[in-house]
Amino acid sequence: MRFELTPRTTVSPVVRALAPVAAFITAFLIAGFVIWLMGRSPVAAFQVYVIQPLSDPWSLQELLVKATPLALIAIGLTYCFRANFWNIGAEGQYVIGAVLGGWLALKTHGTEAGFWVLPAMLVLGIIGGALYGLIPAFLKTRFGVSEILTSLMLVYVAQLTLDYLVRGPWRDPKGFNFPQSVTFDPSATLPPVWEASRVHYGTVFALIAILVTAVVLGRTLFGYRLKLTGDAPRAARFAGFSARSTTLAVFAISGGLAGLAGISEVSGQIGQLQPSISPGYGFTAITVAFLGRLNPIGILIAALVVALTFIGGESAQIMLKLPLDLTQAFQGILLLCVLAADALVSYRVRLVSRGGGK
Amino acid sequence: MTTFEAILLTIVTASTPLLIAALGELVTERSGVLNLGVEGMMAMGAACSFAAAVTFDSTLLGVLAGILAGTFMAALFGLVVLGFAANQVGSGLALTILGLGLAGLIGAPFVGARRNPIAPLDIPVLSDLPVVGRLFFEQDLFVYGSILLTIAVAVYLNRTRVGLMLRSIGENHGSAHGLGLPVLRTRFLAILFGGACAGLAGAYLSLVYTRFWSPGMTAGRGWIALALVVFAAWRPGWALVGAYIFGAATVLQLHAQAAQFGVPSQALSAVPYLATILALLLLSIRRGRAIGAPGSLGLPFVPDR
Repeated sequence: MRFELTPRTTVSPVVRALAPVAAFITAFLIAGFVIWLMGRSPVAAFQVYVIQPLSDPWSLQELLVKATPLALIAIGLTYCFRANFWNIGAEGQYVIGAVLGGWLALKTHGTEAGFWVLPAMLVLGIIGGALYGLIPAFLKTRFGVSEILTSLMLVYVAQLTLDYLVRGPWRDPKGFNFPQSVTFDPSATLPPVWEASRVHYGTVFALIAILVTAVVLGRTLFGYRLKLTGDAPRAARFAGFSARSTTLAVFAISGGLAGLAGISEVSGQIGQLQPSISPGYGFTAITVAFLGRLNPIGILIAALVVALTFIGGESAQIMLKLPLDLTQAFQGILLLCVLAADALVSYRVRLVSRGGGK
Repeated sequence: MTTFEAILLTIVTASTPLLIAALGELVTERSGVLNLGVEGMMAMGAACSFAAAVTFDSTLLGVLAGILAGTFMAALFGLVVLGFAANQVGSGLALTILGLGLAGLIGAPFVGARRNPIAPLDIPVLSDLPVVGRLFFEQDLFVYGSILLTIAVAVYLNRTRVGLMLRSIGENHGSAHGLGLPVLRTRFLAILFGGACAGLAGAYLSLVYTRFWSPGMTAGRGWIALALVVFAAWRPGWALVGAYIFGAATVLQLHAQAAQFGVPSQALSAVPYLATILALLLLSIRRGRAIGAPGSLGLPFVPDR
């Protein structure tokens, strides 16, 4: 038995939009099967993973909180992936953004520094992420080193840097030896969007990034340039688009947005630096980007959907004693299904018995 | 046994899983498929082999379970990238995410369990030689196996007809298909071989190297194995050299941490990752752009009948 693929001549927009939905349902069925194999009830799990978070106002806020970094990072990755560059080190750029922005928060801690601290922290976060993202981009444009491996290796380096800082020089001296920094001053804290909510201004940044990206990708020459570089690199060269500057630009943008996600999370949500500031947002955002079909509006929806699996995963851990690893496994299955569904959009797939297709 | 000898012995133990995983990925990539899921397949190999070894109290069954787990994961990858012609980079990443998650699920009940060390294969007389004796003639079976595997892969790729077929499919799948070579079947088998090797490497990690299971124990070794393939310019002999250089870097870094030079332990822990970047960089400078990479690497293939 084997599959036979025939390219589709026309693709209806309906199919294109439905493919991620089909992938999502398939991933859910597979995950349900795995839960059933583990001797648990898939129905009860679905209740805890999906229905409960969606029917509780507190969880709905939490959904926005978790979707924020995912959307910010994924929207940045869209620039890279559209131009066919593989930045898989967003997790590291997120961490370095948080470190550089957090540095200012700790420097000004206890001083009456005033209103400029927070904007400066955000700018530093963006710069930190962008510079860190530029390392693999520079190694690629200058020396031809594959960006895939270098960007990933830098994730480990970033995490170790943060770990060193919060256990060493940046540790709160009054923190009972816990590996964490002091709690940020109010002037270094990203305020909630409305009174007493958990939703911080990072969510607004994410929405702005989505809108701006929708315009940039759909309506500007730069957006066209990315698409051309991704789909037909030779044509892009003939059109006079330098591959080198495209590479540097998309890595700076995606690194910067990941850095913004990092500093927003630290100053709006966690409130201090600690050894772990992300449950793998930088990697999960790759799934989000593809689930959203590299389309800004799609990514908005995908970020909310994937954030749901994080919240569901946390409550399933408490209520059903289902380990958090299940969430990660589900995200892996989801990404595989999404990519396979992409193929179903461009090809007609038939299952033929051996030799039958000849 | 002197400290020096002990260090040399641990270098061998640290290098072997890197070598095995890199050889598997090397064959996969030579067939033109880039599988970034090595880390996930390795984690699955480590978790499944440890679970099986503890449950049945048998190292042999453990190793088989590890190989099977890696192969299963690879089959999944093969189905998606060959059956559906899906993007290989994305699918490989997905495989890593999935593998790490599943490995956590499977390994969870076995956290805290321990296995006894497996007996090394003692070659009489020769193993009593000073320094080199224990190093060369009293290692476990996996170490000798990994050396044999290197030779086997080298012979297969360079001296056999099927190996030549695999390479030509990797260089240009269009021409290979035109010549009537079974592109997809060869690639699927190459992917399975890569998975089996990654699974075996994982089994070695949990059954020999650490002798326990903990989540995240692969610690980027799968990614380093991927980098080794590039470093080795897709040649098995150089994969052996590279694996031992990286194994040595890992072990020396651990000893440096123990010796406390005043350098933060995190800086030393970062050494293998920074070394990987440096190695890739030096290589690119020396060789120019991506010379040696199979021509069709990472490109999906859809036969036009």
